[in-house]
Amino acid sequence: MKLLVPVKRVIDYNVKPRIAADGSGVDLANVKMSMNPFDEISVEEAVRLKEAGIADEIVVVSIGPAKAQEILRTALAMGADRAILIETDVSVEPLGVAKLLAKLVAEEEPGLVILGKQAIDDDSNQTGQMLAALLGWAQGTFASKIEVEGDNVVVTREVDGGLETVQLTLPAIVTTDLRLNEPRYASLPSIMKAKTKPMATRTPGDYDIDIAPRLTTLTVSEPPKRTAGIKVADVDELVAKLKALGVAA
Amino acid sequence: MKTLVWVEHEAGLMKDATLPAVSAATKLGEVHLLVAGSGVGAVAAAAAKIAGVGTIHVADDAAFEHALPENVAPLIVALMSDHDAFVAPATTTGKNIAPRVAAMLDVMQISEILSVEGADTFTRPIYAGNAIATVRTSDSKLVITVRGTAFVKVDAEGGSGEIMAVASTGNAELSKFVNAEIAKSERPELTNAKVIVSGGRALKNSETFEATIFPLADRLRAAVGASRAAVDAGYVPNDYQVGQTGKIVAPDVYMAVGISGAIQHLAGMKDSKTIIAINKDEDAPIFQIADIGLVGDLYTIVPELLEKL
Repeated sequence: MKLLVPVKRVIDYNVKPRIAADGSGVDLANVKMSMNPFDEISVEEAVRLKEAGIADEIVVVSIGPAKAQEILRTALAMGADRAILIETDVSVEPLGVAKLLAKLVAEEEPGLVILGKQAIDDDSNQTGQMLAALLGWAQGTFASKIEVEGDNVVVTREVDGGLETVQLTLPAIVTTDLRLNEPRYASLPSIMKAKTKPMATRTPGDYDIDIAPRLTTLTVSEPPKRTAGIKVADVDELVAKLKALGVAA
Repeated sequence: MKTLVWVEHEAGLMKDATLPAVSAATKLGEVHLLVAGSGVGAVAAAAAKIAGVGTIHVADDAAFEHALPENVAPLIVALMSDHDAFVAPATTTGKNIAPRVAAMLDVMQISEILSVEGADTFTRPIYAGNAIATVRTSDSKLVITVRGTAFVKVDAEGGSGEIMAVASTGNAELSKFVNAEIAKSERPELTNAKVIVSGGRALKNSETFEATIFPLADRLRAAVGASRAAVDAGYVPNDYQVGQTGKIVAPDVYMAVGISGAIQHLAGMKDSKTIIAINKDEDAPIFQIADIGLVGDLYTIVPELLEKL
């Protein structure tokens, strides 16, 4: 079975974003960028499925600027077989990404597409579900366990009250949650080897679809600041405060 | 605008998460509800009592039990021919279903809105809540998920909606529910609690977590939360996690014990009314947002606190 794994280049999760002074967005100039953490988990899971003999090829794809090649190389170093970059300098919304991915699915015919549950920049949590809808496939979102069993994939999902297990007919879409696995670090030899793995480049124009944005961002602003608090000296003072708040009798 | 709101329910009971979603929908206009499931008569009756609602569309079919998106999304899409917007709470169920509906309608979803600024304009958090974006949609139909803590809950009583059966769209035969493991807790539900006591990595292991945080939470009639570090280290199950990738909470009082305050954690709790931090590192980032801070060792502070409360 072939696996398709979409990955996104985002601001590194340890960086505190700075809002541009004109309120147009978040300032990404000279900021460290990395692979979206949930996508690292997707790549890791794909590699594990290949190591288990369930998958025979892993194709990673990213939609973004030329620099997204770097994260595709990271995915290749982790064990993916080849990469596709759909190069564009404009930002594409989840619906547009899902439409491009649907085209790619038609070309590549994977048995399973593994995406992260959300990107940590726009926090949308939409692309996987939208892709499933466009393809008419089943979806297993927020996966903490994935088991391929014959023509089905059994997915354990992290839901609000605990865990839920669903069985999906293949081909299917799975989105990964943090607990699915611990992504590996690429070794130096595998990083060197990744440089020779194939990377194809396309543009959104190669696919005859409308990916024009539907949402206009009017402003981006700082969240409301919390007013500075006080420090209490001891437990007695804290107890007094708790009583004043009405949470302790 | 005629809005269809997803009614969240479990085990025959309507869930409170529905109420802030109705509150957001009220700002758009006429509110209709959708109750989808199997044997949901009591849920529909409860939903009809929500203040200010019109028709309650009830789809009662085995195919809708467990809200599998493959079966539920076509049902919603069929109802959308007569509605202008679909609104769901940003719970795991809402997040699972709404984007599938949006793509089937060929519209962009607006995720986890914090406010309704106009009929087509909304605010939503991006970058783990470190920025707030105001977005305007050009789509003719709206699909929206609502962050529960950002809207006042509407009154669950006082309404008199009309219950109407909806024809089932059937089973897509793509997916099957296998089972659910629901974490058992006698304490208040995390996203609903007025008081939350959360523990972090400093709790060392599950035994000390339980021995330290649980009695304090019980004394304060609080729900128990945890940082990702505590969850990853296996002190408590995943569903205790508060943060960007866990639950977003906004209780009256949030007590962070042994939590440093990484940005991913703050994203899940910084809208709490009062934040109390107990940490031995006086430079911990949590103190920058805490209303009340106490610097010291939690292993001496918490027992003393229990004694004096």
